Amino acid sequence: MIVIARLTIQELVRRRVIWVLAALTVVSVILVGLGLDRLVSLARDGGTAELEIRIGVSQVLILIAFMFSFVLAMTAAFVGAPAIGGDLESGVALAILARPLRRAEFLIGRWLGSALVVVAYTAASALLAMGAAAAVSGYAPPDPILAVAFLSAQALVLLTLTLALGSVLPSIAAGAIAVVGFGLGWLAGVLAGVATAFGVGLLGQVAEASRWIFPSDGLWRGVIFGLEPPFVVLLAAGRVPRFADANPFYAAAPPPLPFVVWSIVWIVLVLGAASWWFRRRDL
Amino acid sequence: MSSPAIEFEGITKAYGRTTALDGLTLRIGRGELVGLLGPNGAGKTTAIKLILGLARPSGGSGRVLGAPLGDRAARARIGYLPELFRYQPWLHARDVLGLHAELAGVASARRTAAVDEALDWVGLTARAGDPVSGFSKGMQQRLGLGVALIGQPELILLDEPTSALDPVGRNDVRSIVRAARERGATVVLNSHMLSEVELVCDRVVILNHGRAVASGPLDEIVAVDGVRLHVSDLDEAGRSMLGAFGPLAVDGGWLTIRPLDPGRIPDVVAAIVAAGGRVHQVEPGRGSLEARFLELVAPPTQRPAGPDEPA
Repeated sequence: MIVIARLTIQELVRRRVIWVLAALTVVSVILVGLGLDRLVSLARDGGTAELEIRIGVSQVLILIAFMFSFVLAMTAAFVGAPAIGGDLESGVALAILARPLRRAEFLIGRWLGSALVVVAYTAASALLAMGAAAAVSGYAPPDPILAVAFLSAQALVLLTLTLALGSVLPSIAAGAIAVVGFGLGWLAGVLAGVATAFGVGLLGQVAEASRWIFPSDGLWRGVIFGLEPPFVVLLAAGRVPRFADANPFYAAAPPPLPFVVWSIVWIVLVLGAASWWFRRRDL
Repeated sequence: MSSPAIEFEGITKAYGRTTALDGLTLRIGRGELVGLLGPNGAGKTTAIKLILGLARPSGGSGRVLGAPLGDRAARARIGYLPELFRYQPWLHARDVLGLHAELAGVASARRTAAVDEALDWVGLTARAGDPVSGFSKGMQQRLGLGVALIGQPELILLDEPTSALDPVGRNDVRSIVRAARERGATVVLNSHMLSEVELVCDRVVILNHGRAVASGPLDEIVAVDGVRLHVSDLDEAGRSMLGAFGPLAVDGGWLTIRPLDPGRIPDVVAAIVAAGGRVHQVEPGRGSLEARFLELVAPPTQRPAGPDEPA
């Protein structure tokens, strides 16, 4: 398993995926820094209060994190889809799987190598972007590590689904299904909030159930909570809480512990199911 | 070491509604160099995949190196060159061999030597540091052969090992295969190239429609007595009547009956004449592997017409 994980990282290095991700990180961090610097300068020149600037920067960071979560979803799909499917389609897997290697070891090894790269990319990009924001605006999110942890978990959910689908479906189909699933999961989360706010019980329950079936949106709430300044939470608490909760860019609390545990179990279950199917598949 | 290298007992394999193996029974002893022959779709590659656990049988039973088919520990003692040979294009040749040495369980202290040895066997020492993406198809097949040989496996399964090689490469493969057998390995050579099999194998198994239709030492398979006759004016009923002497193959105006006791050749000629046919030529004798192969696997209607079909 470790051999396969190492091979996967080696592949991502030799195929320049890691270098491309590193370059994208540098470019995006520079753009975030320059953009925020300009915004903050304009706001200060216009006499905007420092608290308002901090609130503004925190919301821009949440918006950037939201867009970054889509970039991560695509990255996870591009890395995960061919990890198994590509090797099967090209025939590379035949020689490897003829060796004394369990198919589950191959699958988990591919997942582990891909996961390390995706998490490293997530952590580096997110922490550097938050560092750049702090340098130019003086605002630092309350819990950047928590935000990065949930962002990474969200990427791992996508990676797991894509890689699992790639072991039974063509890699292009696996990637497409996972990205569409990510979008639908986010949409279901928004619908759940809106339905709860307006008291549409059944729709809210269905949308809430979908959050548990595909936990990426629930994990997104953890990212927001890690980035949301406490004074915004305090301000929102003074309004009608159910309407505040309907906002897909606001979280008054992190995802509950059972949900976090379920997300880990979800990853294990999906990998387990994929291993089970993959073991029975004729190559 | 007493158990056979490969043992199939009534193995069946179906992919959906397609039957790839239909009760295949075969036995390959340790140290043998066996050619697995058959037309496209005969089940040769499927048989190899079942041995390696890359596919699972639908029925029957089998063993490899004394263990169940696909056994993980047994796979450590098997080298395999797939028909579709593809190796990580972003790795160097040395890295590919190192990876397979590690996966095969070659001790880390011996790995470098094992890689060098394999590179030398397949003539890739000078290209060891080159990426596989720059290799020609023939060089990739040489690399695949090195992968199959690394760690000196007890059983070597080569699926079409010369399909991308030039005559020099094919000659090299013959030397490599013979050397592997000399050190005690069992080699199964799955090939369409009958001449290759004739040159190196001491036993052949011919598959057709998922079954073994012939199996034995090359001399025995080829050395089957029969007769080839050039005949005209013989109607369908007359031809059918000749089936009583043995399996009949029709190739234009040529009829072949094999196997056939040589003592019965005059009876065959008499029967043709009695049925109104005219006999222009009689060729008693033994066939080549190709002729024998065609007799066993191709239905008469699919055989090419003879060059001089009588009126």
